[in-house]
Amino acid sequence: MATAEDIRASSDTLFEAKAARRKANTAQYIRWALLFIGGILMVMPIVYMISTSLKWPHEIYDVSLIPKEPHLENYTFVLEDGRFYGWFLNSLIIAVITTISNVLFDSLVGYTLCKFTFPGRYIVFIAILSTLMIPTEMLVIPWYLMSQSFGWLDTHWGIMFPGLMTAFGTFLMKQFFETVPDDFIEAARIDGLNELQIWWTVAMPLVTPALAALAIFVFLGNWTAFIWPLIVTNSWDMYTLPVGLSTFADEADVAWELVMTGAAISTIPTLIVFLIFQRYIIRGVVMAGLKG
Amino acid sequence: MRLMNPKAMAVAAATSASALFASAANAVEIEYWQYFFDARVTAMEQLIENFEAANPDITVTMTHFPYADYRTKVAAAIPAGEGPDVVQLFYGWLNDYKAASLIQPLPADAFPADTIDAEFFPMVSAMREGDNYWALPTAVRSLALFYNTRIFEEAGIDGPPETLDEMLEIGAQLTERDGAGNITTAGLTMGMTAQDHHWFREGLVRQFGGEPYLDDYQTVNYNTEAGLEAMEFYVGLGADDGIGAIGFMDEPQAAFKAGRAAMHIDGSFRIGSLNNTRGLKWGVTELPATADGMRSNYSSYWVNAITTKAEGEKYDAAVKFMQYVTSDEAMQIWLDTVGELPAKPSVGLTDENANNPVFGPFIRGLEYANTTKFVNESAQRQILIDLVERVKLEGMSVADSLAIAAEAEQALLDEFYAGN
Amino acid sequence: MYKNLTIRQKQIVWAWAFLAIPVLFYVVIRFYPTGNAMVISFQDWNLLGDRTWAGWANYEKLWNDPVFWQVFRNTFVYLILGTPISLVISFVVAYHLDKTRFMHGFIRMLYFLPFMTSAVAMAWVWRWFYQPVPIGLFNNFLADFGIPQINFLRSTTNALPAILAPAVWAGLGFQIIIFMAGLRAIPQSYYEAARIDGVSNWTVLFEITIPLLRPTIVFLVVFSSIGFLRIFDQVFNMTTGDPGGPLNSTKPLVLQIYQSAFTDFDMGYAAAQTVVLFLILLVVSLLQLYLLRDR
Repeated sequence: MATAEDIRASSDTLFEAKAARRKANTAQYIRWALLFIGGILMVMPIVYMISTSLKWPHEIYDVSLIPKEPHLENYTFVLEDGRFYGWFLNSLIIAVITTISNVLFDSLVGYTLCKFTFPGRYIVFIAILSTLMIPTEMLVIPWYLMSQSFGWLDTHWGIMFPGLMTAFGTFLMKQFFETVPDDFIEAARIDGLNELQIWWTVAMPLVTPALAALAIFVFLGNWTAFIWPLIVTNSWDMYTLPVGLSTFADEADVAWELVMTGAAISTIPTLIVFLIFQRYIIRGVVMAGLKG
Repeated sequence: MRLMNPKAMAVAAATSASALFASAANAVEIEYWQYFFDARVTAMEQLIENFEAANPDITVTMTHFPYADYRTKVAAAIPAGEGPDVVQLFYGWLNDYKAASLIQPLPADAFPADTIDAEFFPMVSAMREGDNYWALPTAVRSLALFYNTRIFEEAGIDGPPETLDEMLEIGAQLTERDGAGNITTAGLTMGMTAQDHHWFREGLVRQFGGEPYLDDYQTVNYNTEAGLEAMEFYVGLGADDGIGAIGFMDEPQAAFKAGRAAMHIDGSFRIGSLNNTRGLKWGVTELPATADGMRSNYSSYWVNAITTKAEGEKYDAAVKFMQYVTSDEAMQIWLDTVGELPAKPSVGLTDENANNPVFGPFIRGLEYANTTKFVNESAQRQILIDLVERVKLEGMSVADSLAIAAEAEQALLDEFYAGN
Repeated sequence: MYKNLTIRQKQIVWAWAFLAIPVLFYVVIRFYPTGNAMVISFQDWNLLGDRTWAGWANYEKLWNDPVFWQVFRNTFVYLILGTPISLVISFVVAYHLDKTRFMHGFIRMLYFLPFMTSAVAMAWVWRWFYQPVPIGLFNNFLADFGIPQINFLRSTTNALPAILAPAVWAGLGFQIIIFMAGLRAIPQSYYEAARIDGVSNWTVLFEITIPLLRPTIVFLVVFSSIGFLRIFDQVFNMTTGDPGGPLNSTKPLVLQIYQSAFTDFDMGYAAAQTVVLFLILLVVSLLQLYLLRDR
């Protein structure tokens, strides 16, 4: 039998729950607003870059964010320069191939180092990791001599070969395979799958978020690489986009409005790659939810 | 080539064979490298065209690389045997290239040393060793004082300064500061990072009665009374009551191009870039003299040399090409296209060139110019940058800082000359 | 033959089969040049001429070079400030972004954009921001409020933090993405169990989220430490003209190596410094892996 006290108590709970929800909503709003403001601040330098790309040369050192007479001539200048498309295509070929290669090999090696027990495992891991510790500047001379003796100078293959596998990707994938429960792999073995099938059909789908992050990272790294493509190429036809764009700076002058225009244009492909792959980072939720 | 498959090789052989039959004369192909600079590339294309027209049996292919990385690129390629037959290099690199046997001397019969001494501006003799020249420039460079004519006119000043004192006076008149004392328009741009370190070494030190180096640039000699006076003069330009500030608008030429500096000391290679700056009206005059009219200038140049890779008929072709690019005709083309000064007085000091309102001050400056024999230009420049920073940022006295700089530069020179 | 192997032996065979091509790749493309650099560190070589043996001369020069020690110190300052600051910010952002639904993708893109934009162009934009009046954005802002000017880049004390800021800024997006990928790899069932038990958000964070993020955290700590110890792009571009900032106050080891190699053409000295950098990175990484190991 419900007493007056009981009713009051339950209505209090109801009230408190409502208040809690309202509080939670307020917290949500504040959280969203802060994240949004933070995000806007993050892109301010990029907005400034785009603004500079719309300016005339004499306005570059003007602090104002909005150009006095905005115009698109810098873009038409860069895009009408016939060489631009060749550089763009070279960069694209190299970035796409290295990305595919890294996604396959880095995850294979990362998986092996994570899920197999074999003698030398830790040494192989540390040895691969140690390759992150030498600056590229020290490697370009040996690479150059190597490319020369194999006839790789001034070729796409010559530009891309050093980046086909990276310690970064291997390490990333190894860490993410650690979140894949061993039971899954055992179960697959009992089902009679061979190791290659287990890696490809069982383990790989469980780390799609990391694979997506890796793909974005490798694409970007090769898209913006400068020193090695510069050293290994001779002809303007083989230049990658960053090397080609560096010709907007010469001894007497840096055409900043063109540099910023080039940077803005070359961000577009990376943005597209990001938009394609970021969805897989979301899909990870579903996967993780399923396996629990 | 080694990795070519048989089919590709056959195709390559076929095409080169057909090329052989196509041109009756057995054409020699030589390769030329320089750094990328629009006007230089255009000028060289024209020179190559003229040269090929006169020598139908020789083809010259030009390759160019971004300026900032040219030296790295050349250094990686030439020792590996991938380099050109004729290469362009900065005069300051000659010692390294010579020591490493990357270039060979120019033949004395085609390039008689004594004739060259007589015909070229005197600073080119730095390229001579014994009876041979190792490299020769088409063009040379010097410094001059650029000024913003609009700022001058608005202040009612009718002409650029002739002397250092006049420069100080005009500079003080044209310097503008905001309420807090920050410069908003500089009288003179400043920065050892740009050309000021040359102005100090070969200009100011000599004008204050000193000699920056002794023993053919192997001994530092600016830590003297004259050197100290010169440096105090320079640092004084950027003092709180001075006519400029180091770091104003980030880079000196940026301040001048943006119309926020009345005067700017720079090299002849800047002319093209200033011409392209919309809304900037400028003039140029010789570097200011001392009160008694003494002037001094700095000159530098890029040279062309024949690499050790060129042998046999390629060598002969390279020699011919070198002769053409150092001819009077080539120098005039270079001046007209690039705006760089001819390396011979006979071309440079014609009435027309020496009185040209733009090139004239630079060409006249060549007559009293010196060329510093750098062993490592960026390291030696860094020493002067640090000299000024110690005074400006750490409050060290000019005398102490100058002594440290002189000692550091001497150590650098000693290390280099001990190794060679 | 294969069928007669034990399960463990089969694993070894598979492991090395998987590793064969990659190991060959790393040996040829990475270890060989690295070994080469170690040899050069005992030689004199100006890149153009012959190599001659120099014994320990390059290392002695390094030990007695005050600039090297300054650079050494700078490099560690980048590490000690950069890694914790960037990890804390990126975790906080990722943690909250993970709980946000409205315009989630858009906000995430905002944070990620700096990472995708050319480091050279961005370094120059920041460089302009830092200039004194009349062109510097920050100083103009200060001047509007009557606050005295701050010398950001032309200062021996402010320059290093001023350069670290864009480096942290540029890397945040990437770290946020990795943290989010890590957060999403945590099975939802753990959170559901916690919700049923009615534990507080803080407890969930410290008892579930962070421990289960361990592999991600290990990766980011090691990787971002390597990144800050190898900082180059920002310093190089923000201090062209006076490379390494006023009186070397911002110069990191990699810039010093770059200058030794491609400005001074002293390959032996550059290689000796590379070996030192290599050892520092190896020790720091191994120490971090050891401290953060799964206990």
